[in-house]
Amino acid sequence: MITVKELTKRYARNTAVDHISFEIEKGQIVGFLGPNGAGKTTTMRMLTCFLPPTAGSATVAGFDVLEEPMEVKKRIGYLPEAPPLYPEMLTGEYLSFVGSLKGLRGAELKQRVDYVSERCSVADVRNKQLGKLSKGYRQRVGLAQAIIHNPEVLILDEPTSGLDPKQINETRDLIKSLAGDHTIILSTHILSEVEQICQQVIIISKGKLVATDTVDNLQSRSRGAESVFVEVAGRNGQIDAAAVQARIAKVAGVNRIVLKEKQLTFSKFEVETQKDHFVRGDLARAIVEGGWDLNEMHSAAVSLEEIFLQLTGTQEAAPKVEAVVTGASK
Amino acid sequence: MRNVWLIWRKEMRSYFVSPVAYVLIVVCALFFGFFFWSLLQAYLQFSMEAQMRGEAFPMNMPEEISRRLFGNVPVTGLFIVPLITMRLFAEEKRNGTIELLTTSPIRDGEVILGKWLASLTMYCCLLFLTVISIGFLFLYSHPDWKPLLVAYLGLFLQAAGLLAIGTFMSSLTKNQIIAGALTFCVCLLIFVCGWVGEYNSETWARVSAYISVSTHMESFMRGTLDLKDAIYYVTLIFFGLFLTARSMESLRWRS
Repeated sequence: MITVKELTKRYARNTAVDHISFEIEKGQIVGFLGPNGAGKTTTMRMLTCFLPPTAGSATVAGFDVLEEPMEVKKRIGYLPEAPPLYPEMLTGEYLSFVGSLKGLRGAELKQRVDYVSERCSVADVRNKQLGKLSKGYRQRVGLAQAIIHNPEVLILDEPTSGLDPKQINETRDLIKSLAGDHTIILSTHILSEVEQICQQVIIISKGKLVATDTVDNLQSRSRGAESVFVEVAGRNGQIDAAAVQARIAKVAGVNRIVLKEKQLTFSKFEVETQKDHFVRGDLARAIVEGGWDLNEMHSAAVSLEEIFLQLTGTQEAAPKVEAVVTGASK
Repeated sequence: MRNVWLIWRKEMRSYFVSPVAYVLIVVCALFFGFFFWSLLQAYLQFSMEAQMRGEAFPMNMPEEISRRLFGNVPVTGLFIVPLITMRLFAEEKRNGTIELLTTSPIRDGEVILGKWLASLTMYCCLLFLTVISIGFLFLYSHPDWKPLLVAYLGLFLQAAGLLAIGTFMSSLTKNQIIAGALTFCVCLLIFVCGWVGEYNSETWARVSAYISVSTHMESFMRGTLDLKDAIYYVTLIFFGLFLTARSMESLRWRS
């Protein structure tokens, strides 16, 4: 559905997108992931024919973005980072304006406007001015205008930014329900979003493609190390967390330990192991022999967050502990 | 063509939903009304004095009044044109809605044409206010309507040219104030650069007079339709719209 070959965008001083190639199949939801300023928006703008590429090619639904932009534009729905709204227009009026821009007319236009306002739950603000809507509504009106002409490809630039948690969930559900008929690319820097709704991830950093794979593969392909969560309790109703930590640190193959939760009677730790070391047996033995009770032990798959940090090479910049903490708190 | 109509309708709505249109209409109604009233006063006094001296009553009063009234319209237009055009593209750029237009299956030319036609329609609404004053002349006398029509055609063409320039200026920036100020400066420049031709006959002065929008107005004001002047205005329109198209395209390569 979307083929990108050696796509490059150079500005006077910097290269925003540097020889990126990937392919997206019909009906997929693809997460476009990268730190801020990685070139996500620029790539999306090239796919929507807003910006012409400096080199390379991109075809959307079988049409080249440079050769046949009109055909491409007919087949895409685009939600830019800031929803493109006219503040003085009413919601319903705006949706029918965008619908007619995309070539709908008459009864079909009316029916589509009704349908998308229902679908994106903006029907109750149809007679309100766009400038007076809250951020959540604005975002949803933006989404409604993107799907109004039932496009084959949907390109969404950070569709959940600025929404409250409930709205985020609703928007994610909406996007998920759109998959199948539509091929969807969404950019984000929120990793849990990708884990929740996308089948495929494209990670870019500093304009370069770092990884493109399915979410499952990427998780299993991770560094081979694992994180083990342990809950340790003291036998006499008290526990000295520091002593436990010191004991675990001596187990062969343990990389580092993070104290996650400290209570009077028990403590929770996250133990990160070295690559290709399976320490769970030794770990359990060490705890029990140390005179504590092992309440719980389970291994957790390394989160996408950590893979992301590894791949984009930002782990030097961000302290390791923080990476682990955010990874676990999601 | 349908897309041009779509954009036109959207622009007209935004003039009339916001206070812009009403403010302009009130201001122009006041100005044109005042011009007409003061001209009428002056001529009444003039004819009364003439009668007292036993001279003949000036026969061409309606023509004189309408010509002088029309002479004031381009000057007013100089201030009005930037106010009409400054938002056309600058606002779209500021709101980010330009991204919606350029990623929709609609040609740049259609967007530009729609916007320019809307600004022209808005200007015509203001120009129509002078028809009220002219109507009074018809009520009490019998002026020749053909020269009036030619004069209106001239005003229309001149405004269309200036509005095309304003449209171009608006496409250069996302700041409406800058767009308006630039439009005013450029329009003023091509308005007054004809004046050098009145006291200087060197080649550069003649060229500069030819470029001016005001010198080409004279034939229309006399009530004669000179093709060369009409072609000048049409060229100005095409030039302005062509530059706008270039500017819109450059937006993609620069941004």
